[in-house]
Parts: sequence; structure tokens; C-alpha cells
Amino acid sequence: MAGSLRPAGDFRTTYQADHTIFPTRGSAIACVVFIAALCLLPILSWGGKPMVSSYWLALIIQIAFYGIAAVGLNILVGFTGQISLGHSAFFGFGAFTSAYLSSKLGVPVLLSIPLAGVATAFLGVIVGLPAARLKGLYLAIATLASQIVLQDFFSRAQWFTGGASGAQAQSPSLFGLSLGGDRLYFYVVLFFAVVMVIMAANLVRTRDGRAMVAVRDHYLSAEIMGINLTYYRILAFGISSFYAGVGGALMAHYTSFVSAEAFDLLLSINFLAMAIIGGLGSVMGSLLGTMFILLLPEFMQALVRWVQNVGLVQGVTVNEGLAYLKEMAIGAAIVLFLIFEPDGLAARWRKIKTYWKRYPFSY
Amino acid sequence: MNTTLLVQLLVNGLIVGALYGVVAMCFVLIYKASQVVNFAQGEFVLIGAWACWWLVASLGLPFWVGFPVCLVFMALLGVLTQVLVLRPLIGQPIISVVMVTIGMSIFFQALLRWVFGVFTQPFPQVFETKTVTVLGLNVESAYLMSLVFSVVVMAGFAYFFKFSRMGLAMRATAFDQQVAQSLGVSVKHVFAVSWAISAVVSALAGVVVGLISGVSAAVATVGVKVFPAVIVGGLESIVGAVLGGLIIGLLEGLAQFVDSEYLNFGNLITIAPFYVMLIILLVKPYGLFGTKNIERV
Repeated sequence: MAGSLRPAGDFRTTYQADHTIFPTRGSAIACVVFIAALCLLPILSWGGKPMVSSYWLALIIQIAFYGIAAVGLNILVGFTGQISLGHSAFFGFGAFTSAYLSSKLGVPVLLSIPLAGVATAFLGVIVGLPAARLKGLYLAIATLASQIVLQDFFSRAQWFTGGASGAQAQSPSLFGLSLGGDRLYFYVVLFFAVVMVIMAANLVRTRDGRAMVAVRDHYLSAEIMGINLTYYRILAFGISSFYAGVGGALMAHYTSFVSAEAFDLLLSINFLAMAIIGGLGSVMGSLLGTMFILLLPEFMQALVRWVQNVGLVQGVTVNEGLAYLKEMAIGAAIVLFLIFEPDGLAARWRKIKTYWKRYPFSY
Repeated sequence: MNTTLLVQLLVNGLIVGALYGVVAMCFVLIYKASQVVNFAQGEFVLIGAWACWWLVASLGLPFWVGFPVCLVFMALLGVLTQVLVLRPLIGQPIISVVMVTIGMSIFFQALLRWVFGVFTQPFPQVFETKTVTVLGLNVESAYLMSLVFSVVVMAGFAYFFKFSRMGLAMRATAFDQQVAQSLGVSVKHVFAVSWAISAVVSALAGVVVGLISGVSAAVATVGVKVFPAVIVGGLESIVGAVLGGLIIGLLEGLAQFVDSEYLNFGNLITIAPFYVMLIILLVKPYGLFGTKNIERV
């Protein structure tokens, strides 16, 4: 996990140095430059055409809101070591809550998004109550049950979710200026994503964050050292649900239509795949994992088109199987990553970085 | 109150529950032997059903040839899964093992829908179906056959674990891997065999379901129903799994009755087992028949 791949001689002598978000000045600058570049992304144009097509912009927005939820799940699974198969239910609850608050109660959208997060956090605490007594496999199965029960609630609660016909969610506005449309909504999503990621990165540096990691690493030792297991397990559920709620709310106002079918077990599994492929216990990794899972179908599509153009395989039409092929690719990616790269993309990234740092020596 | 309907639904529930019990048994077998929760159990059931359907309906083999071939194929698939996918993960955290079986489940589900399509395919007639009257109730002979099948499989399991050498080795491994290993049991072998048996018996269940109601992706839902059954019974107990399956089957019958007579929800039958499971987990975190682990540091 994190921190195990430091080059020889790179010792930290103070706690402060050990806890910094940015280990070097360069990484801090790189981060600021990256965010600035993202801000410019929808504006830049090349020869009268926008540099980023609306298709790719939509993908980036999706990566942002799914990424927020994946970071939340990583706080629960990667930091605290609790398994949840019900994350998409929280994601959905956030989406429905924000839609309800903004269209039925008239709360401004930019306020209803964090409010939806808070409401989802409360739900997460309630659902997380069994977590106080359950561990490992039993917890996985319990959260699977709550996923199914909550999804049933979504399709049944007419007053709240619109039942089978779904709920409408309008796009946000600020000071009378509408933020609808991908190119403006991008900034809303980016703002929330940056804030949430910074919060998550800082969580590990606080007492609560360290307590969670202790619960994950050895819960008996943690309890002996005075960490309240019940409190931190439930707190982790609350925080992770908060992230899921905000992510879901952002999705609701982006697609402007929410329906219960979207929040099924498969989405929960995809969230877990994002966290695991990215690397458990790494905030950056969750974002990488989200990118991987969302770009994998695109990659498969390009691959199929390439194979057909080159004509390697004659007479095989994969078009109708493309949807299945995409699903299979995600299943296979989960299995292959767990077998060959169990620490995820974040660990691979660290390995590449240390390799070049030490080059040409191997240690 | 419509008593005939209630009794009819309960009897149906019992028959379906026996099938759940069989699949739950396979699930517990893998869990006991190798501490893996197999989220792809439902897909094993489905693969078995499709494989047999393909051999019998598409290739036109007689059932008594196609069926054993299908079982041999499933045994190979079970061993391959264990050796290729799960053996590298020994010693990894629980979440990895859970996720890898979930990944397999997604993979197989998509593959099967791609290869065999999304429509229900009927099996060619193997047994003649007629309705028999047992104690004044109409029961289809196919259902009776499935009940007989379940009881036979359960008896087979009981015999296997009580008297056969391999069964004893498995129980020893489940009890303590290191001690079993030092007594000369090949733990690797036991893991592989347990997966093979589990895959074969799941396929048997899949074929039975397929014979009754045709093969479609819906057959795999039994893999999700297994969870309430094993939680009711406790993950470590094979007898508990059978009982859990029966209880969940009866519960479904009851839910269907309450739903059609009073509530008119329409889907209480699919949701009720999960509500019951959540309540059981809240009250008794290790299931009704599970053993509570005492941890020593």
C-alpha cells in the first residue's frame, strides 16, 4: 500500500513531512497546472472548432462525478477495510434527493447538491449500523441486501422518486446565470470534484483518518489503543455515503432525468471495480480507476472498429455483440487486475515513478 | 382467506426451496473448503443449463449422452476456475476474493447472453409431463422430479462427507488447513475437487430448472437467492444451507400469497428474502446456525 515504495535514502524526519500532501514542490506545481489546464479545457478552440469535442467533454464530466463516488467508496473500502456492495443505492439516493429538493421544494441546485450529500450521509449511517457488528463476508452480503431493498424503495416511492416514470432535475444557475449545457456545467462538476478530492486527501492526515486506517490494518490492536470501532466503522459509512450522494446529485443535474433502473447492483460493482483497479487506499488511484472503467468501453469500441477495418477476421460481425463485449471486458479487467496487479494503477504509477527516479540503478 | 392457494404456494415454495438448498449447499461447500464466497454460483448454474441445452437441443445428442458430457465439462470448468483464478489469490484480503468472483460473474453473464441470446429456450421433451394429484393438490410431475433430485443430491452429499476418503479430507481441510496438510491431505487437491463438485452439482440444478421452465438468464437469479439461504443457515453449515434454502422457499411462497391476496405489491416475492436476511443479520450476525468465531490474538 501507500508509502511502501519510497526510494532508499528518502527518509522523513518530522511528522509534518510525513503528512504532506505534496512530497515535493514539483508535485504541487504539477497539480495546480493540471487543474488550471482542466479549467481551460472547454474554452480552448483550434481553428474555430473547440479543442475538446462535446463527446469527450461528456466523458470527462462523467469521470468527475463517478470519480467522486469512487473516492468515497475508497474511503470505506480502502481506508477502513469495510466491504460495501450497496454504493450505487447511495449514489441513487443522492440523485433523487437533489432532484426532489430542487424541483419540489425549490432549493437552489447549487445548494441542493451538498444537501443531498448530507441526507445520503444520514442514510449511510443508518444502513451502516449492521456494519458495527458485521465483518468481511457477512458485511458484503448485508450491503448486497440493502442495495436490493433500497432499489426496490426507489421504484416504489412515487412521491419521492416518481416511481417508474422517474424524476426530473433542472440544471443549476448562479446569480440568475444558467449553468446548463455541458461547457458550463463542467465547471460545477470540476469545482465539486476538486473540493471533494482535497477533502479526501486531507482526511488521511487527520486523527479520524488515521483511526480508520488502524481499524483496517488490525482492528483488535486499534480497539486496544482506544479507537472506538463502532464509531469509526459507522463514520466511514457516513463519509462514503456523503461522497456517493454528492456524486449522484451531480449526475442527476447533468442528465436532468433520474430513474431507478440506473442504480442497480452492476453499478455498485463498477464502483468497487473503480476503487480496486485504481488501488485501494489511494485517492488519486480512485480517479485513475474511474477513468479506466469509463474509458475501457470506448477502447473496446475502437478496437473492434480497428479489427473490422483491418479485416483480420473475415466474416465476423461483432456489432451486435459490442455491448456484451464491453461488459465482458470490465469483468475480465477486474479478474486480471486482481491476479496480476492487486495494488492497482496507483501502485503501478508509483513503481514507474520510482524506476525513473532511481534510473539507471534498480534501488 | 384462500386456503387452497396458500397450501399450493407453500408446496411450490418447498419444491423451489429444495433447489435453493442444493445450490446453497454448493456455495457452502466452496466456502467451507477454501474460504471463498462464490458470487458466480448462479452463473455456474446457468452455464450448466446452457451447456446441456446446447448439446441436447442444438447438436441433437440424446439426453443421456449430452448430460454426462455437460457434467464432465462443468467439472473441468470448476477445476480450471480454481487453479487459474482463485489459486493466485490465496492469502489476499477478502475483498479481492469477493471481487474476483464478481468479475467472473459479470464476464460469464455477458458471454452467455452474447452466445445464447436473451430469449428463453425450451429443452426438448425428456420426461413426459403430467399433473399428479398428491393429497388433493395438483403437482406437476416435473416438480416432483426436481424434489426427488434435490433429496438424492442431499443424501449423496451426506454420504460423501460421512464415509468417503475425499469427503473426510475435505472436512479436515475445512476444520484446519495446516493440520490437514501435516496429516498428508493435499490441500490444493481438496480445493480443486471442491470447486469441481460444486460446479457439477450447480449444473445439475441448472439442468433441472431448465427442464422445467426452459433456459434463460433468469436461471442465474438462483445465485442471488442463495445469499438469504446461506445467511439464514450460517455460512459454515451444510445442513444449515439446506434448511435455509427450504425456509427461503417457503417464505417466498408465503410472500407470494400475502402479495396476491392483500398487498398487491407485485414483487414482494423477490424482496422479502432480503428483508428477512437484513433482520437476521442485525439480530444474529452469524446467521441462525453459524458458528461465532472466537478470535485469539
